[in-house]
Amino acid sequence: MNALDYVVLLVTILGIAAYGTWRTRGRHTFSTYLKGAGDTRWFVIGLSVMATQASAVTFLSTPGQGFQGGLGFVQFYFGMPIALIIIAAVFLPIYRRLNVITAYEYLGQRFDGKTRLLGAAVFLVQRALGAGLTIYAPAIVLSKVMGWSLSATILCSGIVVVVYTATGGSDAVNVTQKYQISIIFAAMIAAFIILLKNLPDGLTFSDTLSIAGGMHKLEAVNFSTNPGMRYTFWSGTIAATFHMLAYFGTDQSQVQRYISGASLRESRLGLMFNAVFKIPMQFFILSLGVLLFVVYQFEKPPVYFDQVAWQERAAHSQGGTLREIETKFSTAHSEEEHQLQAWVKARHTGDSTAESTARSAAALAHDRVEAVRKEARLAVDPHDKRNDTDYIFITFIMDHFPHGMIGLLVAAFFAAALSAKSAELNSLGSATTVDIYRHIIRPNASDAQYLAASRGFTIFWGVVSIAFALCLSFADNLVQAVNIVGAIFYPVMLSLFVVGFFLRKIGGTAVFWGGLTAQTLVLALYFTVPDQRLSYLWYNVIGCIVCVLVSAVIQLASGPQSRVAVT
Amino acid sequence: MKPEPQPNDDGTGLPGLRSWPNVYLFVLAVFALWIGLLIVLTRAFS
Repeated sequence: MNALDYVVLLVTILGIAAYGTWRTRGRHTFSTYLKGAGDTRWFVIGLSVMATQASAVTFLSTPGQGFQGGLGFVQFYFGMPIALIIIAAVFLPIYRRLNVITAYEYLGQRFDGKTRLLGAAVFLVQRALGAGLTIYAPAIVLSKVMGWSLSATILCSGIVVVVYTATGGSDAVNVTQKYQISIIFAAMIAAFIILLKNLPDGLTFSDTLSIAGGMHKLEAVNFSTNPGMRYTFWSGTIAATFHMLAYFGTDQSQVQRYISGASLRESRLGLMFNAVFKIPMQFFILSLGVLLFVVYQFEKPPVYFDQVAWQERAAHSQGGTLREIETKFSTAHSEEEHQLQAWVKARHTGDSTAESTARSAAALAHDRVEAVRKEARLAVDPHDKRNDTDYIFITFIMDHFPHGMIGLLVAAFFAAALSAKSAELNSLGSATTVDIYRHIIRPNASDAQYLAASRGFTIFWGVVSIAFALCLSFADNLVQAVNIVGAIFYPVMLSLFVVGFFLRKIGGTAVFWGGLTAQTLVLALYFTVPDQRLSYLWYNVIGCIVCVLVSAVIQLASGPQSRVAVT
Repeated sequence: MKPEPQPNDDGTGLPGLRSWPNVYLFVLAVFALWIGLLIVLTRAFS
């Protein structure tokens, strides 16, 4: 990065943060701080919901996933339209009618204080862990590639987001997210154009699709019924629906985004905006990875994209082995490029027999390239647990983008990190104030005191997440870590709300024990059943069903509840 | 004196989609269209 890149990066990130702080000056009542001024329109809600979900990991890792695994990851989002319709039709009207600030207030009104505390506590634990990862994940990649200090990267980005979130509250999150997601979209479109320009001369768009398809990168839908296969049509439409219901319907970081709407209509439309556009958006980001894959078939990439880790190994005892792997990779890549050129030539002549033969030869050559890449991964980590896919997109950006654009792309990664992080801090501060401080510690304090407490808790969680990020050392499984944290805790959160909304005869004590049983079972599954046999997405379904069944059995055994259900 | 008319929270404000069930059906139709296109893409280039 040169001076121009740094100017673009700093002006973009600090400018948006300063604007958010300025725009929300003077909005200082407890209610507006937590819920906003109640004037948020559907488009801002839609972008805010989208920006909260799309963390920097999404934009760093997803093109890498497209490069490595193709379009299959898009199936994870199949559950989203279904889940958002259920939330808009059932969850949202209840939240708005009860005028709750946090989703867990509903649990207190529907069940009792202990169930509300269970929901809030589960949220605080999983979201606090998630907030640490949200800031750590991009920092580890960006600091390595840019040569920055990891601690300084975490501290600088952490402090910026804590300042504007603690100052402006929920409105500041919404206002800044609108501009952050605009920067992200602009950067991704620019990346798409630059990738197209980097395709070799003579390669048509149809050739590009054929090469990607021939290497199995365009298999977007898979109807396999194997529960160990992570992303299939079935896990996407069934298990991911539960996952999305939990995330969008019960995770305060999302609930807080859409209950701030000017009306029920605005909130619903904001959700429907995401229901329509999220799948094409993810498809587009994965497509960047597929395009990148085709570009790198005609231009030799590094054998291992995490070049810092590779050079560290090379500088130590393994130098000779790694040089040997690099030589093998060069030979294999040249052979593959040669075969691909032959395939493209055969396509253009219209000779289907020659095309079929050349295609098979190219696929075999690609398998040899992949075998060398696996050898490289094993050389860096004999357990093959380190993954270099997070480094693929950023490597391409640093090598191919003009100065100024590099700054914009890095600004987009930071914008994504800040937008997700600000929503998390805002929701952590709100849930701690409303569900613990106001509910248990000081029920009769003034609005000014609750406002001060909200700011204090937002700063507290910001400091905790920065400290957590500074202490993290498991850099090798970032995306998995983010997913697993959610998968472990979402089932119980969702099941409390499902029972609350749909099973009116079940009371607080029954659902409390049902929730604890489901949480124990999910933890047991996580520690005993390998992911290859049962994908983490199915925990949501299993946990939810177990909670409902156990709650129903306990309620039947203990007789009808005495409390009238609020719905 | 007539009461101030309240904004109709049940209205969608969308031309052609005047009720929420219609909006949800529209979203499901778009979802089905995305899946259909992705299946076509998968089949066409596999």
